[in-house]
Amino acid sequence: MKVHEYQGKEILAQHGVAVQRGVVAETVAEAVAAAEQMAAEGVTLFVVKAQIHAGGRGKGGGVKLAKSIDEVRQKAEAILGMQLVTPQTGPEGQLVRKVLITAAEDIAHEYYVGVTLDRARGQNVLMASTEGGVEIEEVAAATPEKIVKVWVDPAIGLRPFQAVEVASRLGFEGAAFKQAVKFVRALYAAYEQSDATIAEINPLVLTDDGNVIALDAKVNLDDNALFRHPDLAEMRDEHEEDPLEVEAGKHSLNYIKLDGNVGCMVNGAGLAMGTMDLIKLAGGEPANFLDVGGTANAQTVEAGFRIILSDPNVEAILVNIFGGIVRCDRVARGVVEAANNVEINVPLIVRLQGTNAEEGMEILRNSGVELESAIQLQEAADKVTAALGQ
Amino acid sequence: MSILVNTDSRVVVQGITGKEGTFHAEQMLEYGTTVIGGVTPGKGGQTHLDRPVFNTVREAVEQERANVACIFVPPPFAADAILEAADAGIEVIVCITEGIPVRDMIPVKPYVQKKGARLIGPNCPGVLTPGECKVGIMPTMIFAEGSVGVISRSGTLTYEAVDQLTRAGLGQTTAVGIGGDPIVGTQFIDALELFEADPATEAIVMIGEIGGSAEEEGAQFVKDHMTKPVFGFIAGRTAPPGRRMGHAGAIVSGGKGTADAKMQAMREAGITTVESPAAIGETVKQHFAQVA
Repeated sequence: MKVHEYQGKEILAQHGVAVQRGVVAETVAEAVAAAEQMAAEGVTLFVVKAQIHAGGRGKGGGVKLAKSIDEVRQKAEAILGMQLVTPQTGPEGQLVRKVLITAAEDIAHEYYVGVTLDRARGQNVLMASTEGGVEIEEVAAATPEKIVKVWVDPAIGLRPFQAVEVASRLGFEGAAFKQAVKFVRALYAAYEQSDATIAEINPLVLTDDGNVIALDAKVNLDDNALFRHPDLAEMRDEHEEDPLEVEAGKHSLNYIKLDGNVGCMVNGAGLAMGTMDLIKLAGGEPANFLDVGGTANAQTVEAGFRIILSDPNVEAILVNIFGGIVRCDRVARGVVEAANNVEINVPLIVRLQGTNAEEGMEILRNSGVELESAIQLQEAADKVTAALGQ
Repeated sequence: MSILVNTDSRVVVQGITGKEGTFHAEQMLEYGTTVIGGVTPGKGGQTHLDRPVFNTVREAVEQERANVACIFVPPPFAADAILEAADAGIEVIVCITEGIPVRDMIPVKPYVQKKGARLIGPNCPGVLTPGECKVGIMPTMIFAEGSVGVISRSGTLTYEAVDQLTRAGLGQTTAVGIGGDPIVGTQFIDALELFEADPATEAIVMIGEIGGSAEEEGAQFVKDHMTKPVFGFIAGRTAPPGRRMGHAGAIVSGGKGTADAKMQAMREAGITTVESPAAIGETVKQHFAQVA
């Protein structure tokens, strides 16, 4: 699960990470009020930051410096309600519903610090670099020697000496050195205790007055661990997700919308991806990823059809079920019921194989529903090609 | 011959009294697997499916000489179930449970290794040796005895590959579903090594998907250590970057873990790659026809 910058900072602050907080505003008036409050505390320079679940916000014009309260008003007016396009949003962009108002810091140096899982080692890895403020992937590709990596042995956890090593190799000195050590330890604790999949600070800054603080925060959480963090689960912002994907989730369907012309409904994530690849080889483009999971029944299949058909680009639908736990006769009944309740106005190809496939085929044949059936995967692919050629 | 499980396997089902555990234990018994009983804490002394229920795995080992565990325990308790099985001296631990938090799995893998046990999964369909033993949830009617080993990160794609092989007249030694999570106990490398050492296995099909680097590591192992022919398919060529495709481990991020890069690594290692998921069986069949 992704959370906004301001929420990520909240999580980190709870674990003692030094972050620059700011105030969240959903309206221009709130933004101005926040800036006035800061001005009363002596702040003269502000930053207005769009809060969306995508990186690269600055490049898209979603982060602006404001030199006065009036400028805060102007920038907030411009950013709130805009469709912010960044390298991570896709061409249609993302509607900005909230901005974060912060003080602008006098920055002596920008760093990068992040924690994530190193899958190959099965250990968490803490990465840091003196090259903050830029894409860390670019730094890693061009100058890998500038990235400090520290792996965490699960038997002993992140040890203080490792945090010292990171601070030292980043070149911190004096009081800032101690702050950096504390920062690294707190960041790791926050990552681990909140079951994050990534906790990334870019930039971490050393201010002119010698403080070490996070100006930005990217925190993703492990969906599988949200059951033990009800407070974090509440941070979910459905506005940031595709409405069809949210709807699918309510029916226990795992759906991801894509840009193609052939919809597909499959059981199992691997076979769903394989089916998308097959559609491409058959001359189409997949319109979606849709895994109906191991408990597919008439209701979920019908919901799946409704969601697929709500995409106007869909010219054909391929249902590909390899019954293991899922029983093909149940899926076949679902297809028949859905065809009676939902108007399926595009060619439908149904491939059933595995548990109770014969019974499923019998149900489809006797239903009178207009569809092409297939047993082998290649047969299904050929029928998709034929349907697109019509 | 086979790998991991065979007629000597004595399976204890952890979570046997639950709905999933009951259903699949029945299916395993029906296939002829020796299921010695199950574990459900607090229900020790009861019988279920005409088999004893124990409070702990250790009791199942001591009283029924269990040497394989099959885990159907809910996600919050599954990591502990794996540790318990390893601690009790179980040799092969198959964890079917989907949705275990990554943080719970991180300390599990080194502990299992320290105990000399082998973990398959989690979030996997299990292991099946045709005609001998089924541990997990794979549909049995698609299998046939033969000489092809199958390794896959995905459940239903495993079934697809096995079905195509059987239809092409090629049976299997063993099929292993290694699981779709970021941390799994057995990787491609481990399963490839076992198949290479198994005299009955003449060829191996490995099915990967986007995300991580396990396929690349597997390919390197094939290049360096394998003498048997390997066939490979990677699912997710059409998957967009930055989106998790169902499995927690299936995500292309920072340009890493793409299907094309994995296919490339496989080809460079001498693995015969299959472009279409519909052509797995035929490709292996053609190879055997040429050899003959």
